[in-house]
Amino acid sequence: MASKMKNRWIALYVENQVGVLAKVSGLFSGKSYNLQSLTVGTTEHEDVSRMTICVTSDDVTFEQIKKQLNCMVEVIKVMDLTDVPIHMKEILFAKIKKIDCLQKQEVYQIANVFDQGGSVEITDIGEDSILMECMLTERRNNELIALLKKQFKHVEVVRGGAVAIESISTSCR
Amino acid sequence: MDITGRKLFVKALQEEGVDTIFAYPGGMIIDIVDELYKTEGMHVVLPRHEQALVHEAEGYAKATGKVGVCLVTSGPGATNAITGIADAHYDSIPLVVFTGQVSQNLIGNDAFQEVDIVGMTRSITKYGVTVKDRKDLGRIIKMAFQIATSGKPGPVVIDIPKDIQTKSGSPDYPDHVDIRGYKPNETVHIGQLKKAFKMLRHAKRPLILAGGGVNIARAGDLLVEFAEKMQIPVVTTIMGKGAMPTDHVLYIGNSGMHGKYASNKAISECDVLFSIGTRFNDRITGDLNEFAPRAKIIHVDIDAASISRNVVVDVPITADARLALEKLAEYADEPMDTTKWMNQIMKWDDEYPLDMRRDRGLCPQIIMEEINKAFPEGIVVTDVGQHQMWATQYIDMPAGKKFITSGGLGTMGFGFPAAIGAKIGSPDKPVVCITGDGGFQMNMQEMAMAITEKLPLVVCIINNRYLGMVRQMQQIFYGKRYEITYLGKELDESGKCVAETEEPEYAPDFVKWAESYGAKGIRVTSVDEVGPALVEAAKATDAPVVIEFMIASEEIVLPMVKGGNPISEMILK
Repeated sequence: MASKMKNRWIALYVENQVGVLAKVSGLFSGKSYNLQSLTVGTTEHEDVSRMTICVTSDDVTFEQIKKQLNCMVEVIKVMDLTDVPIHMKEILFAKIKKIDCLQKQEVYQIANVFDQGGSVEITDIGEDSILMECMLTERRNNELIALLKKQFKHVEVVRGGAVAIESISTSCR
Repeated sequence: MDITGRKLFVKALQEEGVDTIFAYPGGMIIDIVDELYKTEGMHVVLPRHEQALVHEAEGYAKATGKVGVCLVTSGPGATNAITGIADAHYDSIPLVVFTGQVSQNLIGNDAFQEVDIVGMTRSITKYGVTVKDRKDLGRIIKMAFQIATSGKPGPVVIDIPKDIQTKSGSPDYPDHVDIRGYKPNETVHIGQLKKAFKMLRHAKRPLILAGGGVNIARAGDLLVEFAEKMQIPVVTTIMGKGAMPTDHVLYIGNSGMHGKYASNKAISECDVLFSIGTRFNDRITGDLNEFAPRAKIIHVDIDAASISRNVVVDVPITADARLALEKLAEYADEPMDTTKWMNQIMKWDDEYPLDMRRDRGLCPQIIMEEINKAFPEGIVVTDVGQHQMWATQYIDMPAGKKFITSGGLGTMGFGFPAAIGAKIGSPDKPVVCITGDGGFQMNMQEMAMAITEKLPLVVCIINNRYLGMVRQMQQIFYGKRYEITYLGKELDESGKCVAETEEPEYAPDFVKWAESYGAKGIRVTSVDEVGPALVEAAKATDAPVVIEFMIASEEIVLPMVKGGNPISEMILK
């Protein structure tokens, strides 16, 4: 009966009001749902916010999560993005510290490999450190972090959580 | 012309048809309280504790079908109300709870009596908001009433800072507010309903499980009609009790942890289970893997999130119970042949009927039977514990009689205030509160209000000198180690309560206690005093009567299913 645990994606339209983020995140903690990431920002309508939520769950729990979200008065719309074509990106800054010239070159090489038309840039550099800015998928960011941690001792990472939007369907292109 | 927030508040209540409000004053609602002073035709009742206040509003709402309106101050007033709000949330009772709040310039300062009550109650309310702008006040109050009463009813908390109460603004109160994120289900999927009916029609051993949703939707009459037309037996949850008259030939009894043997057997053996208005709480299902193992399950519920959450169902139908039953009635054509199945159920019931041994003096079953005789109609309200289970097992429910109890949260202290609220809402109906010596003490201060309101309630305290429900578990599963469940005066030398010792005195003396308030107190210690005491109590006209029934501590609630076990595995003796 229990289906596979996997990452699932929701786009959530909510009222842009105080307390709504707390209510949505409180649902996940209160009911022990496994929240992976949650980002929120305003939309083209200033009174509406859109959240991109990633959660790890089985099918039954995921259905329940969507229903529970739908119950909330402040939730305007729940969209399941799990199995639809989407564009998704996450911003990531990685500061690699206490490195020498050779290692700096290595960072440049890594940036080059991960770069897809400007999605990875070296945005700042100092005597013994480099700041890398990446706009990749969450998975690609995970891979990059894993690699940086393996190659260098002093890595400081900050990531923004993924945002996602549905692809323009082929018939509309 | 602009009016103050406090004036708009009262105007809003009047337009909502509110004539009774449960209120406890405090600094942050004194302006509203002052406005109520100037308002005619509003019955403002003063409970003695905010938890009880909310239970009173719940009892009122349950008895009348109207919204229970509460007004409490900020800080401790609001936090005291939380238990009541949670209780209303789990039993889907429509409440609008107004809390005072410190002025907005003080919010966030840890000001005197400041708490974030909206944040604290987020997971136990249908909706909650702090009014931040005077111009939103009317719209927010309207929203509160709409949300509390529609769809699956529930509590709404509206937090009003002091400055909003005194600030001037528009006098308008809207007739309706469009809430874009809130669209309660007002239809029923006909295709699903037809599918469900077809499935039921082809069943050999059909069974209806009716929950509290049927009572909330006031759909009991339709349920009975449908069951009769189709000849399908009915079991209920505790919250569903009374949905079908208990003396009906098709009614089996309550199901679940302390349900009837025949009811749980029927669930375990049925081949189609038509469940309506229940969320399949664990107290009903027991071990989920063994719940209705032979049945295809149809589930009708107003709340989509309640469907296929605990029990995976075959035919989900999101709909109000009344609407679903109205539509189903159109399909119900000819009765099914359920004679064999009914006979089987009757046979189970004969094997293990609900029956207590009567050789230990005052037996709870006898008390319940006498209550049935003395109060054949009206409203029965219970607290939480053993007495509650005995009431759910033995109280008769003819059509029209109401049963009010705390099912979801199981809140001790609920019964007495809820009975007071029910009596305020239905002054012409007899109201009997069945409570325990433990739970009663949790909100017994409300006697003061019952006296000042001149309410002729009958309070039956089933006194076994223990917190009996926990004691029962200690007796059966914890080697009779009665730690902190004994409520009598003295303990043995080791400081522990011992089961078999002679009973020492009890504190308080409930009879003297009742009399000190100006209520009547009666102590019943033998079987032949039960009936006369109840008859005497029923004569009360302007004050409560407290009857203390001294029962044996050893009485336990049977049958019983151990938590987490299949409901077919019942402890019967």
